[in-house]
Amino acid sequence: MWRETICTLALVATASPVLAETIEVPAGEDAQTRLQEALILAEPGDTVQLGAGRFLLTDGLSLDVDGVTLRGAGMDASVLDFTGQKGAGEGLLVTSDEVTLRDFAVENSKGDGIKSKGADNVVYYRVRVTWTGGPKETNGAYGIYPVSSTGVLVDGCKVSGASDAGIYVGQSKAITVRYNYVEQSVAGIEIENSRDALVTDNFVTRNTGGILVFDLPNLPVMGGGNVVVRGNLVVANDTPNFAPPGNIVANVRRGTGVLVMANDNVVIGHNWLVDNPTAQVMVVAYTQPYSDERYNPYPRNVVIEGNHYERGGYDPQIDGAEQLLPMFGGSLPAVMWDGLHDGDTPALLVKPGTPGWSLNLTSQGKGLDAAQPGPLEVGKPAGSFDMSGIGAAPELDERIK
Amino acid sequence: MTSERAPVADEQVQGKTLPRKLSDYRFFDDLARQVPAEGVTPYRLNTPLWSDGAEKLRFVYVPPGTQALADGEGLLRFPIGTALIKTFAFGEGAERRLIETRVLLNRPTGWVALPYLWNEEQTEATLAVAGARLPITTPAGEQISYRVPNKNQCKECHGLNDVVVPIGPKARNLSRQWLTGMVRSGRLDAMPDGADVLPVWEERTNAPADLAARAYLEANCAHCHRPGATASNSGLDLRWEQDDPHALGIMKRPVAAGRGAGDLLFDVIPGKPDQSILLYRMESPEPGVAMPELGKSSIDGEGTEAVRRWIEQLPAQ
Repeated sequence: MWRETICTLALVATASPVLAETIEVPAGEDAQTRLQEALILAEPGDTVQLGAGRFLLTDGLSLDVDGVTLRGAGMDASVLDFTGQKGAGEGLLVTSDEVTLRDFAVENSKGDGIKSKGADNVVYYRVRVTWTGGPKETNGAYGIYPVSSTGVLVDGCKVSGASDAGIYVGQSKAITVRYNYVEQSVAGIEIENSRDALVTDNFVTRNTGGILVFDLPNLPVMGGGNVVVRGNLVVANDTPNFAPPGNIVANVRRGTGVLVMANDNVVIGHNWLVDNPTAQVMVVAYTQPYSDERYNPYPRNVVIEGNHYERGGYDPQIDGAEQLLPMFGGSLPAVMWDGLHDGDTPALLVKPGTPGWSLNLTSQGKGLDAAQPGPLEVGKPAGSFDMSGIGAAPELDERIK
Repeated sequence: MTSERAPVADEQVQGKTLPRKLSDYRFFDDLARQVPAEGVTPYRLNTPLWSDGAEKLRFVYVPPGTQALADGEGLLRFPIGTALIKTFAFGEGAERRLIETRVLLNRPTGWVALPYLWNEEQTEATLAVAGARLPITTPAGEQISYRVPNKNQCKECHGLNDVVVPIGPKARNLSRQWLTGMVRSGRLDAMPDGADVLPVWEERTNAPADLAARAYLEANCAHCHRPGATASNSGLDLRWEQDDPHALGIMKRPVAAGRGAGDLLFDVIPGKPDQSILLYRMESPEPGVAMPELGKSSIDGEGTEAVRRWIEQLPAQ
């Protein structure tokens, strides 16, 4: 009853023969209250439809109802503008399951753009998150930020200017990130402490690092792995690192194409890696000392095959670059490994003929002082990779067809 | 005020609707003066949550014939039909204005949190599911844009393992005297073990620096920074009972703090409050950096001072 009252008072409700309703929220005066009320009073199955135009918002928005679709008139038509935001840690926060976010934009949120936490089977489709002033340390950390969730599909989105990662998936599983465009962020796409992730057919350019696959200690969810990075365009990631120093991505070297830190079972295959001046592909152990007994800091079974490499490693942001470059004929080879591995488990397996080099470090967490650069001498991939169970479930695709 | 001396409306507390007006519940014999009805008991917490210096009037209602159960030092286990009521006020004496009243209702389907916004005339508070903003002068004399949280934001702090729970009334943060009164009146079954452990905030300078600070972190931060709650993915656990230094942030690196970390590397560095992210975020008014993320538009001088003293005296690792 309350719901109907609100609908007639404040919103335009479209009568529908089925239970699911479409609640239309036009742009204009008092957008904060009208849109937030719609998001609170929506019921499972409902669509909250944003009109075209700019929604001027003063506070974070949140959605906590399962099965709701928040849909705009297009990523350039319906804009949630947080330039005047006064509170909350993100623009939009989703904490319910089976939510679909599509066809709208978030601009200039003070913290993260859109965060979904503990929100299983979430779909982000053709959503844009932009900090309009370009890369700045004062921009929010993550553009699209699903965390602690099972079932994540991020498709056709566009992120620009994140001071950490444009698209960051953390402590989650069953993940697909595809057909997205991420630019001018510190990390383009980051998969952290997550499993069963497919990162495919994205275009990441002008970031500090293109695609990062990390596993970090001391988090509620650890043991990252089963990550496939395939068919991406990783081009000219040469923006100087603008992350605040305390963040793990502040250590990413400008000009890194794909970076794997720790993790087991990662495939980096059939990507176009072009013009990444430090390294096209970097595979390293966790770089800091740690005390978490549950944690394995080494990369294990990272397969590198079938990539196209062009113009990389010519201006590496690595100490001693002046000495290194002549050793390798003017630019560093495509694949860089720190030389650290977990006992007899191979750190990486590389298609024969792939140019590479190793720092030949001998102990984890001790820095690069002991580096003795030399050629990459590792085994080759054993054969086909088992793709079963990797990526978001097909039901998530159905929602955007 | 229209229904003086009438009993609390249990059907509103336990029903399925979202009552539009605070008076619908009949929690108060005199709503404007916040004179509680029969069965509605005022209480305070030893160390409370700070909210821009707002005065807080807290009440608990347990339906007749039922009682809360003691459960060690933790939350009292309240029966179905319980209401926790908290009114936020600014200004002293005749100048006092009631701003909002938040109610937490223990319904058969679980706890429900609702915000009510007081009117200009101070005669009624009306449900504001989407929250509100209004200009306030804090006791410290600052002009701020005060935020009344929306219904979802209530859950951001009150959510634990995906359900809404109370935060405040834990036995360790309630006075022995008050608990004794509750037992005597039959509204609580027994005196909980481990009651009245957190220092009383106004007397914190008599308490060891670590207890004062840990009590503050428990009351102001730990509802999100704990396993199962909103900030669980940070790995930071600021609960009173946590004793692992790393979980408390000591020499812990941030995870997803973004620019919230400033130029700093660790949450807490013993002896170095100005290099500790935890204090940096407490001392920031800026959204995206400021902690807590909700319910704070200015800086808590007393709270930051207590945390500063704690970090200063922490032994080096």
